[in-house]
Amino acid sequence: MDEYALIMRHEDGSKVASPEQLQQWMKQTMDWIGGIAAQNKFVSGTGLLFDKAKVVDSKKMVTNGPFGDIKETIGGFIIVRASSVDEAVEFAKGCPVLMGEGNTMEVRRIAKDDGVH
Amino acid sequence: MTSPALLPNLFRNEFGKITSVLVKHFGLQHVEVAEDIASETFLLAMETWPYRGVPENPTAWLYAVAKNKTKNVLQRSRTLDEKIKAEWVQSQEHLTEPDIDLSNQNILDSQLRMLFALCHPGIPVESQVALCLRILCGFGIDELASAFLVNKETINKRLVRAREKLRTTEVTLEFPAEEQLVPRLDNVLTTLYLMFSEGYYSETNETIIREDLCEEAIRSVKLLTSNEKTNTPAAHALLALMYFHASRLKARTSPTGELVLYDDQDERLWSQEYISRGAYYLSLSAKGTTLTKYHLEASIAYWHTIRTDTREKWENILQLYNRLLQLEYSPIAALNRTYALAKANGVEEAIAEAEKLKLTTNQYYHTLLGELHRGTDDKLSRAYLQQAQRLSKSSAERNAIQKKIDSLKD
Repeated sequence: MDEYALIMRHEDGSKVASPEQLQQWMKQTMDWIGGIAAQNKFVSGTGLLFDKAKVVDSKKMVTNGPFGDIKETIGGFIIVRASSVDEAVEFAKGCPVLMGEGNTMEVRRIAKDDGVH
Repeated sequence: MTSPALLPNLFRNEFGKITSVLVKHFGLQHVEVAEDIASETFLLAMETWPYRGVPENPTAWLYAVAKNKTKNVLQRSRTLDEKIKAEWVQSQEHLTEPDIDLSNQNILDSQLRMLFALCHPGIPVESQVALCLRILCGFGIDELASAFLVNKETINKRLVRAREKLRTTEVTLEFPAEEQLVPRLDNVLTTLYLMFSEGYYSETNETIIREDLCEEAIRSVKLLTSNEKTNTPAAHALLALMYFHASRLKARTSPTGELVLYDDQDERLWSQEYISRGAYYLSLSAKGTTLTKYHLEASIAYWHTIRTDTREKWENILQLYNRLLQLEYSPIAALNRTYALAKANGVEEAIAEAEKLKLTTNQYYHTLLGELHRGTDDKLSRAYLQQAQRLSKSSAERNAIQKKIDSLKD
């Protein structure tokens, strides 16, 4: 059983949702995570706040927000246990982030301390 | 005449107190000597009180007898440490009482130390529960045997092995050091939670035993809340959880001893007193920054004290289970979460999620799917319920499932 990070990518993080939409999205996310945990496949996870977000560039220049030229942002990630990448992909398909057009889920296997990575 | 309930209640109350104080005095290696002294004390009470009447202050009488018996044991015994005997002989020379301190404060302190010793991680968990019931709660071998649904011989063996562990493992009667307190307290809470569940979900037909186990678990957690070091939010949350569950004990069994499921219970039999005690401890648990599984389970249990189905109720229960499962997975929490999902989000979604659980060897998995298909596909529902019946080990449960099958229309 490997661990995979399911990374939620928003096409445009500057889009503002209404409080009702946010509440609905919160519930769907909690139900999605609860469903994975109910299969004993949830490892950990966290949301990432846009508030006070900073970007540091190669010249150590600090700018506000993850946005700037690139609109795409990471909204959060969870780590799951899965026996194959396909199973992890199935979990990712259930993420409510995908209901937003243009949003994507990135599925990445977590490197183990096994000498291979 | 004495009321018949007086003696057993007194026994339960005082057995653990006397034993704990004596063990603190003799040392953990002599736990059996302490148990014997306590047992003999109660035997004498049972032999004499029916004829001479119950003394005005029964507790004081018991303590005086226990002290005397201790004196005799110390005189006779060759197994007790010479050191303890020497101390005692010395105190005799000064014409003082042997130093068996049965003050309230020492009793509480001894019981707490005993609780930590018996729940030491070096002792197997099922033995911890048996030891606590025997030593702290004064359960007899008969009662233990029917509580665990095994014969007396098995219980005796289990206790002998457990006492052996007490002697050979690095268990001491010292109160855990500051840095050890949190993990050790976790162990104690786990054992008491098990003791409660053993009573609440026990398959024994003896209702009294079940209630007693639950009451003793409650009493032991209360012991923790009486000391400022162990009076933690987690202990309060566990106590709240126990009170909420125990409020339905009377409604859970029919007069003929059958299991009555939640939906069929007579709400008038729910103890409002226990529900409000649960609410009280739940409010006390809302301190600090640590959210334990007991907090989540107590909150879930709180929502179950409200009978009426509302969207709010099931949405709350669902979210609590979502968090509980992230904290600690268990098959039963996964199944209950899926039931809440059906109530909050609809049956269709719940069936899809239930099938992903793949708990096919668990009878409750089949009971859940049977319930979810009820009304839309009664044939399938029946097949699931029958499979649950085949997997069930308890006749009370098989009967309860049969009622569900009989109520199917198709």
